[in-house]
Amino acid sequence: MNAIITLLAGLLFGLGLAFSEMTNPAVVIGFLDIFGNWNPSLIIVMASAIAVGMIGYFIKGKQLRPFLGSTWQVPTLRQIDSKLIIGSSLFGIGWGISGYCPGPGLTALVNNPNEGIYFVGALIIGSGLHYFQTKISHK
Amino acid sequence: METIFNPLVGGLLIGLTATIYLLVTGKVIGISGILSQLVFSKGRFLPFLFIAGLIIGGSAYGILTEQTVAFPETRSPLLLIISGLLVGYGTRLGGGCTSGHGVCGISRLSPRSIAATIIFMATAIITVAVLN
Repeated sequence: MNAIITLLAGLLFGLGLAFSEMTNPAVVIGFLDIFGNWNPSLIIVMASAIAVGMIGYFIKGKQLRPFLGSTWQVPTLRQIDSKLIIGSSLFGIGWGISGYCPGPGLTALVNNPNEGIYFVGALIIGSGLHYFQTKISHK
Repeated sequence: METIFNPLVGGLLIGLTATIYLLVTGKVIGISGILSQLVFSKGRFLPFLFIAGLIIGGSAYGILTEQTVAFPETRSPLLLIISGLLVGYGTRLGGGCTSGHGVCGISRLSPRSIAATIIFMATAIITVAVLN
């Protein structure tokens, strides 16, 4: 059951990205280009996604536990630390360079393989760098 | 009308998916985290299913939806590699990307996610302004 829900969630999420054209880096760069030829359509995507998401958290507040799990696994950390600030800054620069964030970058493996292969390869190496850095510093 | 319809349907689908996933599994959807689990953690089956579904759904162009903007011409490998490294390392250090912080985090009014989203939007806007 968990497997079916997870696969469906991936599918629906991907469809959402395709419909909103976030899978197209030209649309994303157009959205970020507020000082140039600005394409505001992704504001509608963000706003409608967040609006529905808020309803989700409202329902969650009335539920003791998830339907297929014993506990909620929602992040509870609230502190804004230097890791969050530096990491998000680097992510934004990378996002602005290509127009790919992780989800749309993965879909590029099919939509535009000549780009996707390089982006996703580097994406995995970049995450791995952080993974092994954390592992070493915890030893 | 057409220009509003697609982003509205897309956003509603993304929000609906995050909501169903949360209420059923108790977890938050964050693509950067799920990808990292797929590659570096044990218990790869569920992350694999999610990423496979994401790639299939995200390549449904032309079947269910029509694109309004043309894809860019293929860019240089070097540019894509630099971008991928920054996105991969940055999202893990910052604990989330556009989905985890931008959608799920803001939906629950997490101060960390609101700060992260403002920061990555700002540096992305500056980067595009500089490159253009």
